[in-house]
Amino acid sequence: MSIEPRTKRELLIKNILLSPALFWLIVFFMIPLIIILVYSFTDRGTYGNIVWTFQIDNYIRFADPLYIGIFWRSFLIAILTTVICFLIGYPLAYWMASQPAHRQNTLMLLMMIPYWTNYIVRTYAWRTILTREGILNQVLIALNLVSVENPPILLFNNQAVIIGLVYVSVVAMVLPCYASLTGLDKSLLEAAQDLYANRVRTFLYVTLPLTMPGIVAGCILVFVPSLGAYVTPDMLGGGKADMIGNLIAQQFGEASDWPFGSAISVVLMFVMLFGTLLYFRGLRSEETQR
Amino acid sequence: MAVQFPGQIDQKQAGLTYQQENKPSFLSRLWQWLSTAYAGMFFFFLYAPIIVLIVFSFNASRFPTNWTGFTFDWYVQLFSNRLIGLALKNTLIVAITSTIISTIIGTMIAVAVERYRFRRKMAVNALLLMPIIIPDIAMAIMLLAFFVLIKIPLGLPSIIIAHVAFTISFVAIIVRARMASIGFTLEEAAGDLYANEWQAFWQVTFPLLLPGIIGGALFAFTLSLDDYVITNFVSGPSSTTLPIRIAGMIRRNITPEINAVSTLMLLVSMIFIPISLRLQRRANMD
Repeated sequence: MSIEPRTKRELLIKNILLSPALFWLIVFFMIPLIIILVYSFTDRGTYGNIVWTFQIDNYIRFADPLYIGIFWRSFLIAILTTVICFLIGYPLAYWMASQPAHRQNTLMLLMMIPYWTNYIVRTYAWRTILTREGILNQVLIALNLVSVENPPILLFNNQAVIIGLVYVSVVAMVLPCYASLTGLDKSLLEAAQDLYANRVRTFLYVTLPLTMPGIVAGCILVFVPSLGAYVTPDMLGGGKADMIGNLIAQQFGEASDWPFGSAISVVLMFVMLFGTLLYFRGLRSEETQR
Repeated sequence: MAVQFPGQIDQKQAGLTYQQENKPSFLSRLWQWLSTAYAGMFFFFLYAPIIVLIVFSFNASRFPTNWTGFTFDWYVQLFSNRLIGLALKNTLIVAITSTIISTIIGTMIAVAVERYRFRRKMAVNALLLMPIIIPDIAMAIMLLAFFVLIKIPLGLPSIIIAHVAFTISFVAIIVRARMASIGFTLEEAAGDLYANEWQAFWQVTFPLLLPGIIGGALFAFTLSLDDYVITNFVSGPSSTTLPIRIAGMIRRNITPEINAVSTLMLLVSMIFIPISLRLQRRANMD
């Protein structure tokens, strides 16, 4: 239970505890956010400088098919990544939850070790696997599945980006699903069995709906970072599968069009905040229903 | 607490395969075999790239495609690489400093938010949540624009400022979860036993809070060690960190050395994670 700070002393303690973090978040997060918001309405000068006018051209520029294409691709890649992570991750979470308790801890640790390895390094590993002369093609050639002269191009395309994104984010799907599966009330499953529901029906009508909060949490944890991905499309897409993140980075890099880059970021952040808000609202309404 | 009736199977042990108390049928054995095989494939997917990385760090050839013999050359080269040493030093300075700052102020705000009721608490909560939701790349360009506008030179201080800004929230969330689970009854009891607030906090609440604080600090530390996107935008030429150095090496295709440095980093995290988990578990048991 939280308490109302009544005395002057308590009020002082409360303020001392709050202010350093609030100061940091306001100065080094809120103000930069506002700067980007303001920049998104300014104009780019000839030398990449900021021209202080008010205009909405940066937002209108999104109508360009080039940018719509990149947005659309980013959405598709993020959604596909999320779906694949669910299809791979949920069965694994289900299997993990059915293991004896001591083994579950070991499995957890096994899952965390690659997750704590540097992101860049893990993505780079996929690059060495997927290159033209890489291990995967060598294996495919050895198995006589593809020809030596003309091995398939596995790197620098949308598929490579999706593989990389699934690889770095599948654990973020497994963990919340696993948490809600272990929290499942087993007596409900028994009740379903007693009512002559077979395994498939029990799963579809009891387990799946009851673990929905975990699934939704997992989907958000995978979708949000995938939509804003920058490193993976950069390293595995090789400029041929650019996503919103790369577009933003380009505006702040080579293109030096900070106002347009700011506008893209604002749109991206807005989409994400809106999505998360919807999620929390959904959670709340579900709680009130119970 | 669940009451255990005689003959009732332990729910935790039975897990989801609760119906296997009878002799397992052929179908359920097949199901078990298939699901174990599936899990094996999953962990293969998780570990294969890492194993490939490690194996090729000992490969004599420059190219990560064919094996030509065993060598330690890349490790030797790595240790004589002054730039890597410098990058490692920078990474550690940034990670340690930013972890200390964000752990302290993140814990403070977590205690305040969890303990006191006040106006605009919703706004504080939202402010704490936002850095987690916003993508790295947006955070990176925001901070870059800010530092350039107010003319803070890009270097180690700007990296530390940025790392604290994105790790505070994670520390606060982890500490808050711990705080919520221990509650205030014990601190109140200490108050009833004439401990003053200060004593009650440091002698009762703080030790109980410690696993959460350690957990938060470790999380902040790993986030800082791992960060590439934000650091890449707010670092200067003399403040290169390890992930940025590695990314540069990848761009210039210095492959075996990258494999060697990755293997060493993996080794460190494989030693570091079990120790930290054990620490946390011990703290949890006390």
